[in-house]
Amino acid sequence: MSTPATVLVLVDHTPAGALRAPAEELCTAARAVAAAGSVEGVWVATDPDDRPGDAVLAALGALGVARVHRVTAVGADPRTSAVVAQALAELHAELHAERPARAVLLASSFENKEAAARLAVRTGAGVVTDADDLALEDGTVVTGKTVLAGTWTTRCAVRTPLAVVTLKANAVPAAPADVATEPEVLERAVEADATARAVTLVDRVERDTSGRPDLASAHVVVVGGRGTEGDFSAVEELADVLGGAVGATRVATDEGWIGHDAQIGQTGVTISPRLYIGAGVSGAVHHRGGMQASGTVIAVNNDPDAPIFEIADLGIVGDLFTVLPQAAAELRARREG
Amino acid sequence: MSRARTPPVAGGAGGSLAPVRIVVCVKHVPDIQGERSLGEDGRVVRDGGDGTLNELDENAVEAALALVEARAQEGDEVVALTVGPDDAVEAVRRALQMGAHRAVHVLDDAVAGADAVGTAQVLAAAVRRLGEEAPVDLVVTGMAGLDGLTSLLPTLLGELLGVAALPLASHLEVEGGTVTVRRDLDHATETLRAALPAVVSVTDAANDPRYPGFKQIMAARKAPVTVLSLDDLGLDPALTGAAGARTQVLLARPRPPRQDRVLVQDTGDGGARLAAFLVERGLV
Repeated sequence: MSTPATVLVLVDHTPAGALRAPAEELCTAARAVAAAGSVEGVWVATDPDDRPGDAVLAALGALGVARVHRVTAVGADPRTSAVVAQALAELHAELHAERPARAVLLASSFENKEAAARLAVRTGAGVVTDADDLALEDGTVVTGKTVLAGTWTTRCAVRTPLAVVTLKANAVPAAPADVATEPEVLERAVEADATARAVTLVDRVERDTSGRPDLASAHVVVVGGRGTEGDFSAVEELADVLGGAVGATRVATDEGWIGHDAQIGQTGVTISPRLYIGAGVSGAVHHRGGMQASGTVIAVNNDPDAPIFEIADLGIVGDLFTVLPQAAAELRARREG
Repeated sequence: MSRARTPPVAGGAGGSLAPVRIVVCVKHVPDIQGERSLGEDGRVVRDGGDGTLNELDENAVEAALALVEARAQEGDEVVALTVGPDDAVEAVRRALQMGAHRAVHVLDDAVAGADAVGTAQVLAAAVRRLGEEAPVDLVVTGMAGLDGLTSLLPTLLGELLGVAALPLASHLEVEGGTVTVRRDLDHATETLRAALPAVVSVTDAANDPRYPGFKQIMAARKAPVTVLSLDDLGLDPALTGAAGARTQVLLARPRPPRQDRVLVQDTGDGGARLAAFLVERGLV
């Protein structure tokens, strides 16, 4: 039997104050780990006006979040990982004095993994990044993780009293709590320490997401590779019909056909959407490492020997410029009919 | 790693420049093009014979060499550092072939089974040890290990050493005792700056690693490699490796291949079949 405990969740949000999709998945996972304890959100404010609005608080309440700690930083930029880690460490120390704190959960992004690493050093916690499963077994936090380019699965126990875990998007489906809450917002100012002051954020330019979902957390991703020869129109059309994000292979981004932030692979974005559709993607090992954990994989390629077909649930040997538009038209017709 | 002076690492009009020391952390990994596997203990099998320098570490070595070469100062030094079993020495050999001046290999049976934090603690102790000989200005790592892909190392090292960590540089500049990196994150592009000493990691977009020539390869074969044990580093074997790991792998198994795969030739209805498949699987 596991005792109730506190679980802290870093609530990722856009500069405009909207929740990012993984926040809801994290809160759902956190409830299981808290074992009827308390799920507490941490909202790091990037400017004085950045605060959880009514809609956000209602959404977090539906997910069972008991309280939201709104953190403001003094002396360093709140968008740096050292400030986030310091805020989480201070909150952990304080909350732990009330009730044992079992875990800190963050969405698996580059900057959150940095915050997780720092937090692990500061608190002595064990850290697991890119987990795709999270459970509490006899009071121990156990994580699942896919490794070696998506070819192996592991289960890993955290042996320390506190677990710091970054969870991949789409790993745990978001689900409302049995009983909704009305989260109280608590203000907290963090005075940046020497480590947090050591790094200066000179500038940060948020990228336009073109109205499509975030690549890293999208449920559906349509990917274009060399076979597009630079024409992503068919890829974008199908992505939009499916409400998905657009990704690309290394070749496509190196050729400048699409921005580098769209690159999927071991040195780019790692994705595990419910549905992956690769168009003109050969499936080189570097690319597979970034998508192999996807749910359903569909590949369209005119080369029957493309390695992507080895891991595709449905492979279509054909011209992406006829197959994709036909699929998009079919789906639109079905929707309207 | 601490130093009293502010090291003038690059540029600077006139005046004598203090030597610069850069430590590059490299790792020996199974070749990602080959078959890779995990043992029952959940550790990567490292005796396959097809090991290689983690190819992302070549970008780190290149970045360090380029910084030193741009200065063209006597006495500058690039030290390649690795931790791992016997064959891990291949990683520092590769760095020597590329042009690193020195190589250090932390070799100790008690390191086996260390998790990311444990590995970082060993490397941090080795960097501190090197810092006792002469100040270390910069530690450079690759963006991730291509085996475990934990990518936590640079940040862990920065925290443990008490210096700034600036991971994922796609562009790196060292000038007048400060380091500036540009990096691409999931939702934004950032420029970060910090005073040296610091830890950085570089991505595969940062540079194109050089290929060593025959002469460099032969010279590296004879170059000495300093071997250090945990005892040399003042670390307790009982707190390192599997014994001290904060995380423990319970189970590791290959993912089963996808069942019921279908491969069809488009004969004019490929798109319709794709749509029907999505409907059938409840994906739309």
